[in-house]
Amino acid sequence: MDDAATAPVIEVRGLVNRFGTQVVHDGLEMEVRAGEVFGIVGGSGSGKSVLLRTILGLHRPQAGEVRLQGRALGQMSPAELRTFKASYGVTFQQGALFSSLDVLQNVQLPMIEHLPLDARTLDTLGMLKIRLVGLPGEAARKFPAQLSGGMVKRAALARAIALDPALLFLDEPTSGLDPISAAAFDELLIFLQRELALTVVMITHDLDTIFRTCNRVGVIVDRHMVSDTLEGIMGQPHPWIREYFHGERARRRYGGRDGA
Amino acid sequence: MYLEARRDGERLLLEFTGAWRAADLPAIGAALEGLDFAGARQAMLSTTRLEALDLTGAWRMRELVGHLRSLGCEVAFDGAEPDQLRLVNETLGGVQHAPQPSEPRPDTWAELAPLAMIGRRVLRGWEGMLDGSDFVGRVSVALGAALTSARRLRPTSIVRHVFDTGLMAIPIVALIAFLISVIVAYISAQQLQKFGAEIFVVDLITISVLREMGVLLTAIIVAGRSGSAFAAEIGAMKLNEEVDALRATGVEPIEVLVLPRVLGLVIALPLLTMIADAVGLTGGAILCKLLLDMPIVQYLQRANDAIGTTTFWVGIIKAPVFALLISLAGTFRGLQVRGSSRELGRLTTVAVVQSIFLVILADALFAVVFMELDI
Repeated sequence: MDDAATAPVIEVRGLVNRFGTQVVHDGLEMEVRAGEVFGIVGGSGSGKSVLLRTILGLHRPQAGEVRLQGRALGQMSPAELRTFKASYGVTFQQGALFSSLDVLQNVQLPMIEHLPLDARTLDTLGMLKIRLVGLPGEAARKFPAQLSGGMVKRAALARAIALDPALLFLDEPTSGLDPISAAAFDELLIFLQRELALTVVMITHDLDTIFRTCNRVGVIVDRHMVSDTLEGIMGQPHPWIREYFHGERARRRYGGRDGA
Repeated sequence: MYLEARRDGERLLLEFTGAWRAADLPAIGAALEGLDFAGARQAMLSTTRLEALDLTGAWRMRELVGHLRSLGCEVAFDGAEPDQLRLVNETLGGVQHAPQPSEPRPDTWAELAPLAMIGRRVLRGWEGMLDGSDFVGRVSVALGAALTSARRLRPTSIVRHVFDTGLMAIPIVALIAFLISVIVAYISAQQLQKFGAEIFVVDLITISVLREMGVLLTAIIVAGRSGSAFAAEIGAMKLNEEVDALRATGVEPIEVLVLPRVLGLVIALPLLTMIADAVGLTGGAILCKLLLDMPIVQYLQRANDAIGTTTFWVGIIKAPVFALLISLAGTFRGLQVRGSSRELGRLTTVAVVQSIFLVILADALFAVVFMELDI
């Protein structure tokens, strides 16, 4: 995985984010390479979501630079930004499905906005994505309010991959799911990542998800990011990281992997 | 570009080139437009020169293969079938039709018949009335319970709503009251000057502002401002499950969400009406001075004569009633929101339209009653 020749898909340099007097990021550095599943971990309020919003171009940082496929985000024209936004998929913590549209219409929305397609094509492509994320066909005509938590997460994923992006951002994809649904979601993610050759960046608190899916992990501690392979991160001496990966909860479940 | 076709009698060699991705779909469609495969019996597909393929591109490939097969052509890949195409084939399987929208649509002519439509409307209206009176009843019960203790009346919350719906509305209410006095002054001056009865302009302004215009227009502005805000605030809380959270905590939503708004507006609207009355009368004085050259002193004397003891009270007594109608309509519709943001918009609209309608209806009833009472 540590192939220096692969150019980073995402490159964050010297990122500073402040809200009033509260400094969230102070010179944060991050790098994600093609084909990786990169997990972002950190305590509550450590600025995981702010980091994600900054990379997505939804939040302008006080200082620092975000480069996507080698292009600086801050220097893109509005037209370029629009094209760029069609090239990645995002799922939000609460799903953020459009509540007045059914699942199929939710999945079709990015397609309608970015591609000139006829109704039949839209239906087929929409159904393709819905079945790909493992939702039953009947779910296509359900409205978000009628879906279970797990189905919302899957529908959000279907919308995120509507335009076949090479890059996928997931904000807590398994939070709020029961362990079985969460495990199923992890498997779905691994399947899609492999089949669609995705680069995935995800924020997660779920140790199961991290161990099952992530190649590399970036931990936000003290307003910086420490990133390494999973094994490397587990060897980090920082107290928060030790507590996170070797704490009571982790040890109870992953005692066997502790020595790695 | 995209597809290079070579024909050798009944044999067809198709070579995919370039990038077959979602963004290229329109261009791929255009490139395939001109190709004619009629008469081909065998097709050999090659993807060795394909630069990129995503699922949307693979789906287009699947369509092409399906088209060739429908022409009675045997299709084979030179080498392995692309992974993406395999995945699309596996996922879509045999069926690929999207289910019909689940929105209920009338499917028989009988359901569309005018008589049935009227009947349904009446029934729905009746149910709405029942729901509405049920709501009013529950609010009354909650009010009775809240009156037993100062804490359950939630004075802080009431003050906040007096501030939001009253104090913050003063500029717009004052402006509208002034403009109304301008309108009345102009129309009446124009008409009454014909008879040399300019002095009655004062009567018209003061009586119409105090009895009707002041309170009615204030109520309509407040219905637009606060009726919509009530419905939207409570509706958003409903969508966010905050109302359920209250109920689960053992707190009655009507007591914390509806009552403070109702009581706040019942306090705020009469105060706003008084401001509207004052501004309207002042505006009348300025207009009489400008239009008719009437000294302020004369305006005041005439106004004093024109306004009976009851004129002011006849106007102001309506304000709490209007406030009740507006706040009940707004909060009732807000609590009805469920499911989607579209519902929120629809019910907010309904709240405003209904509260304005109710205000005008009540005003008409007041006019009849006051006429009968000879006030």
